[in-house]
Amino acid sequence: MPLDRAQVVHIATLARIGLTDAEIEMFTEQLANILEQFDILNELDTQGVEPTSNAGDLRTVMRDDAPRDSLDPEEVLSNAPRREGDYFRVKAVLQEE
Amino acid sequence: MTDLNWLTIREAHRLLSRREISSVELTRACLERIESVEDRVGAFLAITPDLAMEQAEKADRSLSSNGGGPLTGIPVQVKDVMCTRGIPTTCGSRMLEDYVPVYDSTAVARLLDRGAVVLGKGNMDEFAMGSSCENSAFHPARNPWDLDRVPGGSSGGGSASVAAAEATYALGSDTGGSVRQPAAMCGVVGMKPSYGLVSRYGLVAYASSLDQIGPIGRSVEDCALVLNAIAGHDPRDSTSLPGPAPDYLSGIENEIAGLRLGVPSEYFAEGVEPGVREAVETAAKALEGLGASVQEVSLPTTRYALACYYIIAPAECSANLARYDGVKYGASYQDAGDIWEAMERTRQYGFGPEVTRRVMLGTYALSAGYYDAYYLKAQQVRTLIRQDFARVFETVDALVTPTSPVVAFRLGEKTADPVQMYQTDVCTLPVNIAGLPGLSVPCGFSQGLPVGMQLIGPHLADATLLRIGHAYQQATSWHEARPPL
Repeated sequence: MPLDRAQVVHIATLARIGLTDAEIEMFTEQLANILEQFDILNELDTQGVEPTSNAGDLRTVMRDDAPRDSLDPEEVLSNAPRREGDYFRVKAVLQEE
Repeated sequence: MTDLNWLTIREAHRLLSRREISSVELTRACLERIESVEDRVGAFLAITPDLAMEQAEKADRSLSSNGGGPLTGIPVQVKDVMCTRGIPTTCGSRMLEDYVPVYDSTAVARLLDRGAVVLGKGNMDEFAMGSSCENSAFHPARNPWDLDRVPGGSSGGGSASVAAAEATYALGSDTGGSVRQPAAMCGVVGMKPSYGLVSRYGLVAYASSLDQIGPIGRSVEDCALVLNAIAGHDPRDSTSLPGPAPDYLSGIENEIAGLRLGVPSEYFAEGVEPGVREAVETAAKALEGLGASVQEVSLPTTRYALACYYIIAPAECSANLARYDGVKYGASYQDAGDIWEAMERTRQYGFGPEVTRRVMLGTYALSAGYYDAYYLKAQQVRTLIRQDFARVFETVDALVTPTSPVVAFRLGEKTADPVQMYQTDVCTLPVNIAGLPGLSVPCGFSQGLPVGMQLIGPHLADATLLRIGHAYQQATSWHEARPPL
């Protein structure tokens, strides 16, 4: 499946990564080359094969819902780019139309 | 430089516990060595001399009062992908350039509890994505055997620091070969333990179904000592296996006579340099000489591992790295019109090209219309690769392969073509895909550069690999070679 420029722009939007025109050009070519390498998987018949999502054999691990120590809010916020009181400050998510 | 710099953990512990040397002396020797070679090697992203000396003094007090443990007072470099409380943890990325963790990763905490001395943080490819350490956002690391060549990656700083005698051992992380491949290229030992054996709490996540922390050292025995400290259940990591881990030293001296070893022909195929192939074949013969039986085996799915990995790892990476949005920590670009533009700019400036490439690739593989063709298909192929290994392990106890198909290459040689770079991990990727343990042991030289032999075992057969590797090192001296630095 070849990749075109419009698809690369769409992927960047989904991934929320800004790209320059030069980067769009570069990734269009490089990602197409990489995707081409994936065609080899079509040699394998995987009809009915269960997918593996995890190489461990553990399944849903439960623990007691018991209170335990957590980090101090000051520590949690110590790396915050912007804060207001005990909150992370962000730009408005909802805007008036 | 004194011989203190070249001690193994085992040797250092013997001298420390007899008080023939002090941790302060050992630590100072490492710091002096760093002072004299680090501007050429570039193995560190941060050096913490004051903290190291403080920890060394504390270790000396403990050694005097109660003899200390096997790691007490011994200097380590920690890959900058593991959180260290109060010490910047950049992950080799502009995104985390100013990030200072408020907690220690479990693996680091376990070393500190045992009196380790932390020299600093190891250079690495950004977010552990890369095979040469050239993707570090700060500076590349170089191979102590030839400074024009890469040390491998992504834990290039760890293997370079041990090979250059800056650190006694290092802690790395391995998602597709990132401990083993640089260990091979720098002529040191590197281990990726079985999936689930070592807690990843506080390890900056790349691809969670593949990531594993592992030791880099001068001897197999040293790796067993470190594994003893870091392995075992951690309630903070729900993927860590329940129960305590075994003692990896207890059976390490056992002979390997009677063990059945397999040499998979696919790992010696096209793309493997003749010098690498010869060195590994010779090593397999040496193991046969020690009483193991060696037979050729076949793993037909090997050729699909690269494609399988480069769908699964980027897919998981695109999800894991979604957290870098400029809100809670890390770089944050705020000179933007709205929150969405702020995130796009933050990620544009925070991520280097390889990270962006993998996030994009993974986003694509998971996106509507392509999920079945790529991600689901890769997960099904993952099942076939696991089954292939399981079948082979019905007839052999472990596999012997090259760790890297090539010796260390020149800086810049493979940066233009991502696919060419990815292929240097072709022998190590299948091990992560299947969750198996893998151990790289120095086994000779090709073109004057170190070659590594990889041992692969069934899940949780880590002790078997250590036993084979240790037996090999008792019979050979490749691991004692020192680079002309």
